[in-house]
Amino acid sequence: MKVDCLVVGAGPAGSVTAGDLARRGVETLVVEKKAEIGPPKRCAEGVSQRSLEALGINPHPHSIARTITGAALYAPSGKQVVMEGQGMEGYVLERKIFEKHLASQAIQAGARYMVKTQVLDMQRVNGAWEAQIRGLEGTETVTADLVIGADGVESKVGRWAGLKSLNRLTDYHSGFQYEMANVSVNESYIHLFFGREVAPLGYVWVFPKAFSANVGLGILEREARMRSHQYLKRFIANHPEMFARASPIEVNGGGIPVNHFTDMVADGVMLVGDAAQLVNPIHGGGIVRAMHSAQMAAEVGASALREGDLSRDRLLSYRRQWDQVYEDKTAQLLKLRFFLEKLEDKDFELLADILDGADIFELTQARLSFFIKKVLKRPSLLGLAKKYLTD
Amino acid sequence: MVVVNHYQCLHCGGCVGLCPVNALTLYELHLEVSEACTECGICVKFCPVGALEGTP
Repeated sequence: MKVDCLVVGAGPAGSVTAGDLARRGVETLVVEKKAEIGPPKRCAEGVSQRSLEALGINPHPHSIARTITGAALYAPSGKQVVMEGQGMEGYVLERKIFEKHLASQAIQAGARYMVKTQVLDMQRVNGAWEAQIRGLEGTETVTADLVIGADGVESKVGRWAGLKSLNRLTDYHSGFQYEMANVSVNESYIHLFFGREVAPLGYVWVFPKAFSANVGLGILEREARMRSHQYLKRFIANHPEMFARASPIEVNGGGIPVNHFTDMVADGVMLVGDAAQLVNPIHGGGIVRAMHSAQMAAEVGASALREGDLSRDRLLSYRRQWDQVYEDKTAQLLKLRFFLEKLEDKDFELLADILDGADIFELTQARLSFFIKKVLKRPSLLGLAKKYLTD
Repeated sequence: MVVVNHYQCLHCGGCVGLCPVNALTLYELHLEVSEACTECGICVKFCPVGALEGTP
């Protein structure tokens, strides 16, 4: 089989790329290795309304499990800071429906999909890629001028293309989550819990859905004394006010890249979303970045196909577009990540005292200067702040 | 070679993205370890539920 573009993976990154390519008249084939697009999810399913609007992506009403108005953050003592108001509104999605909806939009735009079909290997042959795919009807070869690696944290496309897409344990959270029914929380907010004993170098999240909640955490192995599963079990046991009458209806695991160091482009190949480690390094959210990278890659890919030039040099304009929007922001957020990773529990208490919700929102937008000023006034944080936050 | 406890594995694929020698592959709901495995133990340390056993 011969196609203009082969998209590997039908998550949000793959389907947004496929839809945008098909709308530009590119003959696009999407292969998804799972029998069903969507599950098992590796995601807490939270997304900000403002970010989705900025991308022009309208989730189908069935994809929205709950609309939230803000976030509540908890220091180890339980002290709470609420972030609410403009810009904080969000959705907790039902990913399995959200992904199927994005796929159906791509199909309406002209893309073709295959499920339970896995790419086994691919090689560069005469200036194109030959990929061996295996599905219900056996094995066949697909020849494509352009391959989009939307194959997630476990990306093989990046490796086959010779890109350094390997994740490092020092920059990769071990994630574990239950979706639970009958959790008692304020369902207008998402809830985030911090502390060395709660989730070393990460946090616990409780994201309310229609009639359940995603209760999970991410931790870095470096500071962990047990597995993420055990940390979450302990958190649940320590919070009977939320979980005394709750039980799981689903269990999920996952790896969360919190540093971006992938080369995203090779001859005839672009990586999008988690495959390129495009995740916000502070909160670990990846849906918006995945879809934004997909839109950029589709634009560049369609033009490059039209021009008949799929060299790395040509496709690098995708990386340049990405860097233009995200490079500085990501660098700032990484700085903040390294600072936060040094904090002791008592420092979190102090931050809960000196920061309000609006401050924290600013921080997540990578606006650090006011934060540095505030933190530098606190003798106990002065050394850390000087070391990690100022140049 | 690292051994997968298929009764515990959540098929999250997190370990696959960490393997420095590309010895792990997730086939839908089946995680496979190839001969290339060097028992470096990175995947064992990562696994959220401890479904991988080998040199820690």
